[in-house]
Amino acid sequence: MSNIILVYLEQREGFIKKGSFEAVSKAIEIAPLLGAEVNALVIGDSINNSDSLKKYGLNKVTFYKNSELQNYSSSAYAKIIADAVKSVNANYLIMSNTALGKDLAPLVSVALNAGLVVDAVSLEIENGDLTITRPIYAGKALESVSITTNIKVVSLRPNVFKAIENEVPEIEISTIEVTDPDLSNRVVELKKSEGKLDVAEADIIVSGGRGLKGPEHFGLIENLAKSLNAAVGASRAVVDAGWRPHREQVGQTGKTVTPTLYIACGISGAIQHLAGMSSSKYIVAINKDKDAPIFSVADYGIAGDLFEILPVLTEEIKKVKA
Amino acid sequence: MKIAVCVSHVPDTATKIKIANDARNIDPIGVSFILNPYDEFAIEEALKTKEKVGGEVIVLSVGPDTNKETIRKALAMGVDEGVHLKYDSYLDSFGVAKALADEIKNIGAELVFMGKQSVDYDNGIVGSLTAAMLNFSVITVCVTFDINGNEIRAEREIEGGREVVQTTLPAVITTQKGLNDPRYASLKGIMTAKKKVIAEKSITADPNRVELVTLKSPQPKNPGRIIGTDASAVPELVRLLKEEAKVI
Ligand SMILES: Cc1cc2nc3c(=O)[nH]c(=O)nc-3n(C[C@H](O)[C@H](O)[C@H](O)COP(=O)(O)OP(=O)(O)OC[C@H]3O[C@@H](n4cnc5c(N)ncnc54)[C@H](O)[C@@H]3O)c2cc1C
Ligand SMILES: Nc1ncnc2c1ncn2[C@@H]1O[C@H](COP(=O)(O)O)[C@@H](O)[C@H]1O
Repeated sequence: MSNIILVYLEQREGFIKKGSFEAVSKAIEIAPLLGAEVNALVIGDSINNSDSLKKYGLNKVTFYKNSELQNYSSSAYAKIIADAVKSVNANYLIMSNTALGKDLAPLVSVALNAGLVVDAVSLEIENGDLTITRPIYAGKALESVSITTNIKVVSLRPNVFKAIENEVPEIEISTIEVTDPDLSNRVVELKKSEGKLDVAEADIIVSGGRGLKGPEHFGLIENLAKSLNAAVGASRAVVDAGWRPHREQVGQTGKTVTPTLYIACGISGAIQHLAGMSSSKYIVAINKDKDAPIFSVADYGIAGDLFEILPVLTEEIKKVKA
Repeated sequence: MKIAVCVSHVPDTATKIKIANDARNIDPIGVSFILNPYDEFAIEEALKTKEKVGGEVIVLSVGPDTNKETIRKALAMGVDEGVHLKYDSYLDSFGVAKALADEIKNIGAELVFMGKQSVDYDNGIVGSLTAAMLNFSVITVCVTFDINGNEIRAEREIEGGREVVQTTLPAVITTQKGLNDPRYASLKGIMTAKKKVIAEKSITADPNRVELVTLKSPQPKNPGRIIGTDASAVPELVRLLKEEAKVI
């Protein structure tokens, strides 16, 4: 009998998120090794980028539709997904470890009596057995684990796996109208932080620390970020000082980030900061102290005064981008 | 109302983590343990809620005897009672959640606070697992919390903003930095906590659903290059980012 990998596709405001396509690509890659077929489901009211489903190689998607389900409801979503896993007899449920995925995955796994591993950065299959690797102690160590239950739930760290285009000719989307969803726990309002990119999702992050001397100088960081279409990050020292909001904090008690490029400006590189960003693909450090620990993880560094360097860097980037 | 708060006992965030020779454990030498930083927000919110609606706050922690230190810290902050759910070997998150759920049922708590995540294994799932086992509602990663009779309204952090969630008791709330400013333990609190008896209970665990295969250290990063000491290095930096790293 064939195995089934079910991928949960997360939509926000009608758009399926990039992390979900990363999960789709990984599922398609490992499916032959598990003798499995890949199915997917999405919950919501409308999907605006459904053409991407075909583009990323899905050929079977179930759309659970209800106008009340456009916004997240953990009670309703968890039940729908658990029922979907049972109805197709899936042995694997894979999703992205986003804010929504983090909330949802444990609820689904209890409903299914399934083992759960969250925040995977690598999946390996040997003789049909899945081993999952995930960072612990904020990336200071890695653990490899296996799941012993029949149904296995795994969430993938966003931005680590690649979403690979793999167009298929045909896609079968079946729509199921959901009646009477359990809305006992539901999102009643979405408050977006005005047009700002989030560090957890950004491909490039420009972070500032106490070396900026005061909140009024963060314009230097914002201008550089703007020239790179990057998110603004911050060290805990400047968040605690009230210069920047907590959602920008990178590190062990802030956000763990894995962008392609991380530019640290006036950040010393304390162990708790490194814990949150050292797995970024490329790291640039600008710090006037050449012995600052941030240089031990940086690919490229300038050991100088950020007040002099940042304006020049921003102009230089603008030129390259023009 | 009975309010439970669950706390974990974790290595200090400044600790350098070394893997032991068996590749299954952390080398314990030089590791000091602290109350999980996110659980301080949970304790504070439990105390604030008690001040608002009345009742009793009970702290629960699952683990070996050393977890008593962390329970004591919560008592010193003003928690009424402590229960140590004693277990000495490796328990997966389901095992921890099951032990917590059983005890929460036993004490009859209707509202439970936990941290959003333990900074050891960084799972961030025990709150939701426990809620699901109890059939309680759950709101995770809360930065605001408001209770009015049976109704709960909280804001949780998501990518690029917040969502406002509404639900009703019984519920589990997991706490994020920004929710409140945890109080310091007063001298009187510390003295009272010393005298309090922490109830100790043993737990029976189901087989783990997640088994450890190995622990390893991450690949060390190659030390990079310092390409200059002032703005004259900028063109070279931009060239490297464009041509070598190909990231801009
Ligand atoms: C429980 C706990 C959790 C923590 N969690 C986090 C976390 O999640 N994230 C986090 O970031 N920290 C965290 N910390 C704090 C961490 O230990 C450091 O205190 C913090 O990261 C320091 O921030 P900073 O680098 O901005 O400041 P500093 O350490 O003060 O460094 C400022 C740097 O700026 C440089 N500088 C000064 N002037 C200039 C200039 N003109 N040009 C260029 N460079 C200049 C200096 O050389 C220095 O290296 C945590 C600490 C604890 C105890
Ligand atoms: N051993 C434990 N005892 C009591 N509470 C725990 C324990 N482990 C985790 N928790 C609670 O669950 C939260 C999330 O932990 P985790 O899912 O392990 O990241 C923590 O912040 C604690 O509030």
